[in-house]
Amino acid sequence: MSESDVTKDGIRGERPDREALVGKGMPRRRKGRRGERAMVPEAKFTSYYGKPVLNPPTWEPLDIAGYFFLGGLAGAGSVLAAGAQLTGRRSTARALKISSLVAITGSAAALVHDLGRPERFANMLRVLKPTSPMSVGSWLLAAYGPAAGAAAVLDVTGFLPRLGRAATAGAAALGPAVAAYTAVLAADTAVPAWHGGYRELPFVFVGSAAAAASGMALITSPARENAPARSAAVLGVALETAAAKVMERRLGLVGETYRQGRAGRLMRAAEALSVLGAAGAALGGRRRTTAVLSGAALLAASACTRFGVFHAGTQSAEDPKYTVVPQRQRLEAAG
Amino acid sequence: MTESLIGRNLLAGNEPDPAGDAGHRDHPPRVGFFTDTSVCIGCKACEVACKEWNAIPEDGLELTGMSYDNTQGLGASTWRHVAFIEQRKPLGNAEAGVAHEDGVAQEAGVAREDGLAHEDGDATDLRWLMASDVCKHCTHAACLDVCPTGALFRTEFGTVVVQEDVCNGCGYCVPACPYGVIDQRKEDGRVWKCTMCYDRLGAGQEPACAKACPTQSIQFGPLDELRARADERVRQLHEIGVTDARLYGRDPDDGVGGDGAFFLLLDEPEVYGLPPDPVVTTRDLPSMWRHAGVAALTLLGGLAAVFAAHGRPEGKR
Ligand code: SF4
Ligand code: SF4
Ligand code: SF4
Repeated sequence: MSESDVTKDGIRGERPDREALVGKGMPRRRKGRRGERAMVPEAKFTSYYGKPVLNPPTWEPLDIAGYFFLGGLAGAGSVLAAGAQLTGRRSTARALKISSLVAITGSAAALVHDLGRPERFANMLRVLKPTSPMSVGSWLLAAYGPAAGAAAVLDVTGFLPRLGRAATAGAAALGPAVAAYTAVLAADTAVPAWHGGYRELPFVFVGSAAAAASGMALITSPARENAPARSAAVLGVALETAAAKVMERRLGLVGETYRQGRAGRLMRAAEALSVLGAAGAALGGRRRTTAVLSGAALLAASACTRFGVFHAGTQSAEDPKYTVVPQRQRLEAAG
Repeated sequence: MTESLIGRNLLAGNEPDPAGDAGHRDHPPRVGFFTDTSVCIGCKACEVACKEWNAIPEDGLELTGMSYDNTQGLGASTWRHVAFIEQRKPLGNAEAGVAHEDGVAQEAGVAREDGLAHEDGDATDLRWLMASDVCKHCTHAACLDVCPTGALFRTEFGTVVVQEDVCNGCGYCVPACPYGVIDQRKEDGRVWKCTMCYDRLGAGQEPACAKACPTQSIQFGPLDELRARADERVRQLHEIGVTDARLYGRDPDDGVGGDGAFFLLLDEPEVYGLPPDPVVTTRDLPSMWRHAGVAALTLLGGLAAVFAAHGRPEGKR
């Protein structure tokens, strides 16, 4: 097939290189029986030896799902703390301020722990990039963390009450953003189960955060003060469950990653635990034991949701089906 | 603010001058690769040249059974990857060059039970697709958009490069890339990918992989030129009956605003492990922030309403 020869006088005959006429040389085939083969249904999708199209997240589940969970617990906890303080529920307010401080510290620690180069954490604050939810989130944490810290420390010590109230209000204002931005962080990737759910995921996350923080309030506060936490638990669970259902439906084929494997087990556990926790809180929350058990169930449910979402994402990235099929459908719909 | 970014085409859509929009003044023309897989012979010279030039560590010596591909895919220590696909499909009107006796053909799994007999009876319908994959240097690069440290940046050549002295290994760019290119080197902690040989470009040289390619399957040059040349090549192939030939990543109006490194393929992209319709994830970011904002306000409002409804605790009134 080669068209060149190396001779004493140099190379004779030109190699075609990038002009090579590949695909030329055989007589054109008769169509004939070939056409019948097209009747055999095509495989649903093709892939390269079943290899994933995407590189799945390198994040450690414990670090990043933990970071989502603790961020939600802290953020929604700050709102509950401010509400408790304004309505004269002193011990609830104090307990939640402390829990928010501990949770946000844990959340930031998990994020730093997950870095490949933890000593370069400060590089997160090298720039402020609105196109990077992790950059926006780092700045948010840089503002929220000190506010939550001051709110807790000034409450416990009783110093500077006016500054304490300002810090409490500040943390409550930033808290919902802390609880919600992690959903954008997950959704702003090519991971099908996360990106495809970007409309509902923030609602799943804030609902889950509200459930976790009310769970914490139920555990830590006296029954006399826990009526709002019981209602908040029901609201949070309702929001989270409804949003998760809508998201699964919208995801279509990719939605099955939330029902299968480890993600499926975690999502089912989350649903069972949150219904149990919300029902316990609503019906038996006046009794201390029931309140504590319900609170624990709500916290566990919220953690299960975050881990479930995390694993659904990983599962959807590891199987080329979830990348190829929706994109094919999109192309076909566009014509 | 994010809206204005969309307005200026910085998040999605046609974007004629990515280097200029990244703040480079008087920059050289945007360069890229046109990888014409129809002339690739699967020699892997590009893989080797890339490893050598960039001093990339070894990342596993396995026999996969995936034809001649033991590299498997792009990753932190594989910046060029040659895919091998064996298909029972004729390549246009090609002479496959596989001349077996019928018995041999059957043993090799190239049975003729489907009646695909050949006039001359000495060739089989076997084709071997080979394609050298690489970072696409997207016009709208998700990896770059989501990087929180600014380690990933747009060079004056319009390419996308990681500054390894800035990257803190947060790993955000890894799942953001719609092509599965960039990855974390676990023992090092940071992420790595093709730099389009930024060092060589700066010295006026072409990238090592293109230099090493013996068939000019990997063509380097100003993107405009490459696009024109690719259009001509597709026309040429269609003319001789290779109707499968198509360009991938050539269209500046696609989901990533066109690739800086684009390809001529002979089958659907997913056959080569490429996504059929990649979209830069940050295209939807303004909407994501809006939804998150509404969710945050729902949380704040909902909890405020709860406290308003319950008022002060009994006994304290
Ligand atoms: S292909 Fe992936 S790694 Fe390369 S520029 Fe595009 S998004 Fe970044
Ligand atoms: S891993 Fe490095 S390059 Fe990738 S997003 Fe994080 S800081 Fe940027
Ligand atoms: S351009 Fe350079 S870094 Fe990129 S694949 Fe080719 S040799 Fe490797």
